Amino acid sequence: MAKPLDVSDAQFEAEVLKSPLPVLVDFWAPWCGPCRMVAPIVEELAEEYHGRVKFVKVNTDENLDTAMRYGIRSIPTLLLFKDGQLVGSVIGFRPKSELKKLIEKALH
Amino acid sequence: MPQQYDIVIVGGGPAGLAAGLYAARGRRRTVLLERGVIGGQIALTASIENYPGIENISGFDLAQAMLRQAESYGLEVHYVEAKALERREPLWVVRTDDQEYLARAVIIATGAEYNRLGVPGEEELTGRGVSYCATCDAAFFPDQEVAVVGGGDAAIDEGLFTTRYAAKVYVIHRRDKLRASRILQERAFANPKMSFIWNTVVTEIVGQESVEGVRLRNVVTGQESFLPVKAVFIFIGHRPATGWLQGLLPMDNGGHIVVNAWMETALPGVFAAGDVRQHAARQVATSVGDGVTAAIAAERYISEHFPD
Repeated sequence: MAKPLDVSDAQFEAEVLKSPLPVLVDFWAPWCGPCRMVAPIVEELAEEYHGRVKFVKVNTDENLDTAMRYGIRSIPTLLLFKDGQLVGSVIGFRPKSELKKLIEKALH
Repeated sequence: MPQQYDIVIVGGGPAGLAAGLYAARGRRRTVLLERGVIGGQIALTASIENYPGIENISGFDLAQAMLRQAESYGLEVHYVEAKALERREPLWVVRTDDQEYLARAVIIATGAEYNRLGVPGEEELTGRGVSYCATCDAAFFPDQEVAVVGGGDAAIDEGLFTTRYAAKVYVIHRRDKLRASRILQERAFANPKMSFIWNTVVTEIVGQESVEGVRLRNVVTGQESFLPVKAVFIFIGHRPATGWLQGLLPMDNGGHIVVNAWMETALPGVFAAGDVRQHAARQVATSVGDGVTAAIAAERYISEHFPD
């Protein structure tokens, strides 16, 4: 099982920015309906890309600093990082195929 | 290989889920097709307090409970988008991009989509301060001044929710009074963080990286002004999601499907329920009622036309 890792503001640099693998960050909150719909899709993607892409979740209720630093104004937002750089983003609930496109772009 | 069902339900909001519960309990092989989020509009609603018997629940949780209940009786749910409906005597075919669903009866419960303002800046700044879901996004504007556009239940309810975070919430409404229910109006007028800008429309949303303000025009005096806000939450009504059925069955001028009291459309074996139909009251409770009525009518139709 490759479940997305819960990451806090304090862990963000070590787990995301310094990660040797590309990282998909799922910004979410428990009360956000669309976020809860994205979650199972992100879990499936975490399985499919196991070993190639790292998947983390940031609960914006508890970790607003990171969300604000990256200018998040809407959740769910998925950000993709590669070598510490932001390389892509998807705002709002989107079908799995679109999330795969975002990830594939970073892998090639 | 097309998949064959007794009943295909298109749309996973309250109407579709209620239809699914009844169809599945009727032991009809039933699939519900949902292109986005289960619950539809209510998935974005922070709290529902007018569904009889439930004092307060989040829309998402209510939809999930409806889903679990229907699935426990055998309802199948596929996350795909219906693109077309066509007749293949004596059945109906619901087509997605790469699949076909054969059905003896079809229940259309595709609901409604929110209207956009259609002003410059709106599309570019969506997700960057322009939002159609205050419940999702209000938290990102702590102690900021924000605007809510609209005067109905959704606008006022979401505006009230936004006051949990924002320093100030301006309600911009094109008329001189609200359409929202009285109880919401009372709460809004009593809330010191809420301020009302009457007879006014948004003509542009301004911002580079994110929203910096809105240009306004008073529809009575014609006077133009600029209001600096960090977010614009837009709740200006809905339109039925019937584009994929255009020309196939009778609709009213607004695109709502015409039905009779049994939710029967002009097409045999095709029913419509919830916000997608003409003269809907557009409440969770009435949508549920529509869905149930449609499922019972579909059951009767199948029994008459497909005696096993």
